[in-house]
Amino acid sequence: MFRETTVNTALVAILVAVPLVAQAAGEPFIITLATKVAIFAMAGVGLNIALGYGGLVSFGHAAFFGIGGYAAGILASHAQSYTPLMTWPFAIGGTQQMLIIWPVALAASGIAALVIGALSLRTSGVYFIMITLAFAQMVFYFAVSWPAYGGEDGLPIYVRDKFPGLNTLDPLQFFAVAFACFLLAVLVSVVLSRSRFGLALQGARQNVERVRAVGIDPYRLRLVAFVISGMITGLAGALYADLNRFVSPSMLSWQTSGEIMVFVILGGVGRHFGPLAGAALFILLEHELGSVSEYWQFLLGLLLLLVVLFAHGGLIGVLTRRPHRD
Amino acid sequence: MTDPVLEIRKLTKRFGALTVSDGIDFDLRPGEIHALIGPNGAGKSTLIKQICGELHPDAGAILFSGRDLAGEGSVARARRGLARTFQVSSVAPEFTALQNVVLAVQGASGATFRFLRPALGDAALTGPARAFMERVGLSGRENVPASILSHGERRRLELAMALAMEPRVFLLDEPMAGLGPEGSQEMTAILSDLRHEAPILLVEHDMDAVFTLADRISVLVYGRIIATGTVDEIRANAEVQSAYLGDDA
Amino acid sequence: MSAALLIEQALNGLQFGVMLFLMAAGLTLIFGVMGLINLAHGSLYMVGAFACAAVATATGSFWLGLVASLVAAALAGAIMEIVVIRRLYRRDHLDQVLATFALILMFSEGTRWLFGSFPLYLDVPEILSGAVALPGGVQYPLYRLAIIVAGIGVAILLFLLIGRTRLGIQIRAGEADREMIAALGVDIKLLYTAVFALGAALAGFAGGLVGTIQSVQVGMGEPVLILAFVVIVIGGIGSIKGAFIGALLVGITDTLGRFLLPVFFGAFMNASDATAVGSALASMLIYILMALVLVVRPGGLYGAGT
Repeated sequence: MFRETTVNTALVAILVAVPLVAQAAGEPFIITLATKVAIFAMAGVGLNIALGYGGLVSFGHAAFFGIGGYAAGILASHAQSYTPLMTWPFAIGGTQQMLIIWPVALAASGIAALVIGALSLRTSGVYFIMITLAFAQMVFYFAVSWPAYGGEDGLPIYVRDKFPGLNTLDPLQFFAVAFACFLLAVLVSVVLSRSRFGLALQGARQNVERVRAVGIDPYRLRLVAFVISGMITGLAGALYADLNRFVSPSMLSWQTSGEIMVFVILGGVGRHFGPLAGAALFILLEHELGSVSEYWQFLLGLLLLLVVLFAHGGLIGVLTRRPHRD
Repeated sequence: MTDPVLEIRKLTKRFGALTVSDGIDFDLRPGEIHALIGPNGAGKSTLIKQICGELHPDAGAILFSGRDLAGEGSVARARRGLARTFQVSSVAPEFTALQNVVLAVQGASGATFRFLRPALGDAALTGPARAFMERVGLSGRENVPASILSHGERRRLELAMALAMEPRVFLLDEPMAGLGPEGSQEMTAILSDLRHEAPILLVEHDMDAVFTLADRISVLVYGRIIATGTVDEIRANAEVQSAYLGDDA
Repeated sequence: MSAALLIEQALNGLQFGVMLFLMAAGLTLIFGVMGLINLAHGSLYMVGAFACAAVATATGSFWLGLVASLVAAALAGAIMEIVVIRRLYRRDHLDQVLATFALILMFSEGTRWLFGSFPLYLDVPEILSGAVALPGGVQYPLYRLAIIVAGIGVAILLFLLIGRTRLGIQIRAGEADREMIAALGVDIKLLYTAVFALGAALAGFAGGLVGTIQSVQVGMGEPVLILAFVVIVIGGIGSIKGAFIGALLVGITDTLGRFLLPVFFGAFMNASDATAVGSALASMLIYILMALVLVVRPGGLYGAGT
């Protein structure tokens, strides 16, 4: 049918065209939807590194998405209230600069991924799925019960964080920021998958015994992949917080973990642009089915079930008629 | 006499009441092919797994160049130059043949945590990988997915991967299995070439190949080595005859 | 803090642990026999709770409601197994996770469509209302005590079923070796459906029992499901005994942690800080327990290892 590059190019072109057309038509809501697609896709690109290339079925990526979001929310809230984040051992204040917030979000989600990964990767298979889910739930309950940053009610960001030279309050300009981050994440994913590291990581997914036999330790490999994966999803979370100008524990919920996974699977596991196809389809369904029936998630569930049972390779697999990745 | 590269002393391993390795003494000298033969269930694969570090012995020692390997895992032992092929071909099925060998070259280089440059665009990896593929007669099959290779080709692919590991010892677990007469002959030729690279511990059922290749043979029955000697000594050994080779050998 | 309060909290922990066991037992059984990870197990718990609430409200009898919770969950489980789950046994865990995640969405929205978004409440049956006086001056709700007894009763029945009956032998054979049960002349398809329905019935029963102590609503199953996962990770996958010990550990740790930690921090902090720190830490306690078990025994307390 179509070559995978053709499908990818078309997908990216649509993602860029939709907000431009929406801008011309005066439909800022559509631009926000496209921004949401770019951010969700980026979260999926992150998960895809662990799931698609590493074969690590993490059901806990909401933890990193939410931690990234809270990094943005907490820094912004301190900047808004002019209270220092900490005073000891040295004073650190809040900030509304994305260029400062992002490294913090990357570091925070990376450290969380390092701790969760180091423990979870001691196991494999079903254990790994259940443990990542459980640790994400731990972070969720911590956010709910820790009152300093809004607890259950969440934390508002009154004015969207700033990016030098841009007006982030303009939907199209904020879309551009999110889109650039998404492309960068895809670039990281492509470069990584082709590198020595990526080769060994994918080798370990296919045959871990063989990778050990050539003298490569799969644990370190997977841990590094898990951390990179968590960081990218964490950065997506920081952007999502800014999109909504709001952070709440729901970003950390198990449903969010499931949805990030759905983006990856709907699009096609282990494909660089699979998460974009998946996230776009998800938002489209939410929007279209949501207007048909308030019980649209039932239809989403049905569709997902049919994809899993019958359409191996996801949307890109169907479009390219190639059930397996290259 | 030169010091053995690999020396196994009084190795013992039990699974419950079953003793699968019963005080095994075994050595592998530089330049030789030492075959390990024995009936099914004698404990050959269990011995290989203990040498590789996949299983841990209950007692005894495994020395590699005089150094006790106890406490080292399979990854560390592979890094020391213990290159292994598996009884059932074990490759990365979605990778091409070349990618598989590149992975092994990369493992031997010890530089896996590099994130930028494409592995397949790195001549330091692909150059040696192509050369090793040629050594085992797989030239022209570089871009074929490993899952599509024939059984015999996968066997040779595993050998290329073992070669890529800058091995100091080959541990080959039934390389002839399932090859048929012609394939076995080709494999025999490749193995006799390999011995110049590093000594070989050869576990094999194909007696023609064993008698052609081996400098020494050890016979393992019910977890014990009942005899070790040259091909002629083993052929003449009455105990081996009755325990294993049967009347027609 | 009085001893009576502590005993009451410990009993609450036991009651919580028993509920978790009913969930975890089904999950671990299904994983042990069929090698399937079922996220929709929480949905079966919800089905049981709604069936109990609906039938008890309609007939006025809690007992009929409890029977309905068993039957409805077992039935839903059997249908789920026949229509969807049996296609997943040979698939990898990723497909199993996604397909059963899809089932959660369908069950949740389906239930919302049938019953609406408002929570239902159930009354404790007359016979079990009120409190009993326990030694040490503890007044404990009779109904919660009954749940503990019922849960332990089911646990004993389950151990007997697995240890002493024909079905139990087949289940254990299935865990050990799938080809062996075929050789024994057992209809595997039927066995799998039966095991799945049994696990579903246990979850539904748990759902029916809790309907009187918490509200019955869509989404009630998944938090319990995730706790049941923690239980299984601690106990070791496939082990009923591990599920039992793990469930009691988690139930008691969680309940006592929520009770004791704020008190503990109150000893050297002001009251509001102590509540905040104590409850935040308490919410993480069982996961910390899980992490500790993982470090010491990655395969769980009674697991065969990974």
